[in-house]
Amino acid sequence: MTADLWQSLLGGMLIGAGAAVLLLLNGRIAGISGILDSTVRGAFGAQAWRLAFLAGLVLPAAIFGLGSIDFARGISILAVSGLLVGVGTRLGSGCTSGHGVCGLANLSVRSLLATVTFMAVAMATVVLVRLGASLWRS
Amino acid sequence: MAFLTALFAGILFGSGLLVSRMCDPQRVLAFLDVTGHWNPALAFTMAGAILVAAPAFLYVRKHHADLLGAATVLPDRFKITGPLVVGSAIFGIGWGLSGICPGPGLLLLTGGSKQSMVFVGAMVAGFLVLRFLPGGRARR
Repeated sequence: MTADLWQSLLGGMLIGAGAAVLLLLNGRIAGISGILDSTVRGAFGAQAWRLAFLAGLVLPAAIFGLGSIDFARGISILAVSGLLVGVGTRLGSGCTSGHGVCGLANLSVRSLLATVTFMAVAMATVVLVRLGASLWRS
Repeated sequence: MAFLTALFAGILFGSGLLVSRMCDPQRVLAFLDVTGHWNPALAFTMAGAILVAAPAFLYVRKHHADLLGAATVLPDRFKITGPLVVGSAIFGIGWGLSGICPGPGLLLLTGGSKQSMVFVGAMVAGFLVLRFLPGGRARR
């Protein structure tokens, strides 16, 4: 296994550890879209656990920086993407963290269906975007 | 106490996103692009996360409580609904367009880029659109 794959695995284990701590000590699911939506609504949760989780989430990046980042897309695509991510994750009650990590760890059929759906659609979208771009250029 | 444990959980989660470089949209797109130069790294990230979190969920499923003994109800695991599938598909389109999902989107804000602000702003607008749509609340 390459160093890159080990690093990806280690990062994943840290993500899982965060989800485990929030579940075992706060009794909460680490679903980021849901936590952010509730926070925006002003529902911070008893003792502001949601705000604390979100603050902790961005803290390492704020301290150590993001590393190399390539946005890959222009502003207008990012705006459309963000809107779809916002609508879709709330309608579908979860995102990569809530369904993809917590739901699958909970052996949830619901989350498996959600995860297979958003993964497959995202993969198809990437292919269509590339096809569209090459047609545009030709 | 709840504040501190949630903060700690957030730090672990955020470190994981950073270490696995889930915040680089180009890298996520390379994972999603199965027909191009597929980069399988993020599958390892997901597997690692699920394997570590699974015992915690097993404990709570068994005891109906967290480690501190507080009653904990996990979400339903079996109810398949239209909004679940349609919403996940809409999310998939959004994720596939940019390579950014909600957690990494928030981390990207720390870079102060215009791109990250537009993405997160639009995402929050998406939350609000759904909330004020007729029946939006009931659906959730």
